[in-house]
Amino acid sequence: MGKVVLAGIGATPIGEHWEKSLRDLMVEAALKALEDAGVEKNVVEAIFVGNMSSGYLQGQEHIGSLLATWLGIPGVAACKVEAACASGGAAFHNAFTAVKSGVYDCALALGVEKMTDAPTEYVTSALIMADDQEYTAFAGFSFVALNALVYKAYMEKYGARQEDIALFAVHDHEHAVHNPLAQYRRAVTLDAVLSSPLVADPIHLLECAPTGDGAAAALICSEEKARELGLTPEVEVAASTLATDVLSLHDRDDLTTLQATVRAAKKAYRMAGIGPEDVDIVELHDAFTILGVIHLEDLGFAKKGEGWKLVKEGEIEPGGKIPANLMGGLKARGHPVGATGLYEIYDVATQLLGRAGKNQVEGAEIGLAQNVGGVGGTVAVTILRRMR
Amino acid sequence: MSYMNSVPRAWRERVTKYRLIGGRCKSCGKVFYPYRSFCPRCGSSDVEKIELPKRGKIKYFTVVRSAPAEFKKYEPYIVALVELENGAVVPAQITDAEPEELREGMPVEGVLRRYREQGEDGIIEYGIKFRPVVGEE
Repeated sequence: MGKVVLAGIGATPIGEHWEKSLRDLMVEAALKALEDAGVEKNVVEAIFVGNMSSGYLQGQEHIGSLLATWLGIPGVAACKVEAACASGGAAFHNAFTAVKSGVYDCALALGVEKMTDAPTEYVTSALIMADDQEYTAFAGFSFVALNALVYKAYMEKYGARQEDIALFAVHDHEHAVHNPLAQYRRAVTLDAVLSSPLVADPIHLLECAPTGDGAAAALICSEEKARELGLTPEVEVAASTLATDVLSLHDRDDLTTLQATVRAAKKAYRMAGIGPEDVDIVELHDAFTILGVIHLEDLGFAKKGEGWKLVKEGEIEPGGKIPANLMGGLKARGHPVGATGLYEIYDVATQLLGRAGKNQVEGAEIGLAQNVGGVGGTVAVTILRRMR
Repeated sequence: MSYMNSVPRAWRERVTKYRLIGGRCKSCGKVFYPYRSFCPRCGSSDVEKIELPKRGKIKYFTVVRSAPAEFKKYEPYIVALVELENGAVVPAQITDAEPEELREGMPVEGVLRRYREQGEDGIIEYGIKFRPVVGEE
């Protein structure tokens, strides 16, 4: 089987897009990806749309066909892919397997979420649907509350301090300043993070990814097709994997490791023929500060219980051991849930293509994106590699 | 909310939720809630259906200060993972207590309480909440 290459990427800014609908966002991101690739829309043979909550928040399902219709290419294969906040990564995985298998030569993976159509408590209701409606949502848990329990378990098990873990939010905001697509392009202090209101103890508001609207897309092709179209592909999809863990925390023996990350990463490293030490940059799914820390460990960049040290010692900055979330991460770039997996891939590709401006890591060759659904019920891992 | 307004949905869960029906895996020993045919740890089908004890301790708790729509009127309230005497872990609310009175490891006991309503005219969904056991500190 030949290589699968990234032909183009496109994304809308993340924010409160009052004037744009779900379909407007999808069409905009799709057109940007096609424009970036320099191809016509009729090269697209299949579309996989990652989205979590269009049915609940917009009363709209069947958005694969909706996008094909509004993009003016009815007839293509298209469907929605849902895996909570990992919907984007799962959509990309579907597109990757579709092209890698040879069934399609050219597929569009797109993620979209339009969260600001609904008041906060309804968004909160939508998000807890990522866990077990019948037992977890039933008991009144919010999604933040589940992560608060993970936070407590981690601090108890490893003796880590909140002021060290919360630095992840400061890091994200610092880098979002230079990302034109980021929702919050301003720095915050640790003091501001820790003095912001509690959402679910011990998690403060500024430790949580915000709600926002956005869509991001990646056009992927077989290398052969890309060359046939006259393109010069620069980035290869070296691995795309998906793994699960038991859906809910109450079924887990250990709350401080996301087994789905460990499993998806192991498969991805094997597929790409690399190890964690070969990764130059990473985009982590830090929906909450504690998750950023845990992901550094579960992806193999730090020992268990020591992920926070990488943050504190500057090892996730450019020039550090493993530069992470250099475009602002979920906290400051933003987290339109079903779109996030594609934004992470967009951000990794931006680095590998040398387009990251002031956030650029010089000579970045291999980048990894990790996208988490629920409290780790699903994890998608993508590894992109610069083609020489 | 339309997804919640279903009488049969609440009805079919009544035994599991009111009596805390769980499972014990005869292969790896895991005890879990709710009951299902396959063990969530090892995947074995050798699972025995059991009624879980109503006493245990708070494993971890937090305070929900920004709630889903159907719980909005109750905020702030306390949710927890409760570890029962036989090791099963149940997601539940803690009741009859203020957050500052609680700590992880505190003994609790189950009581039948109201959880949520299916809108103004719909049925009320009940389940087990846990309260601190007085005098067992």
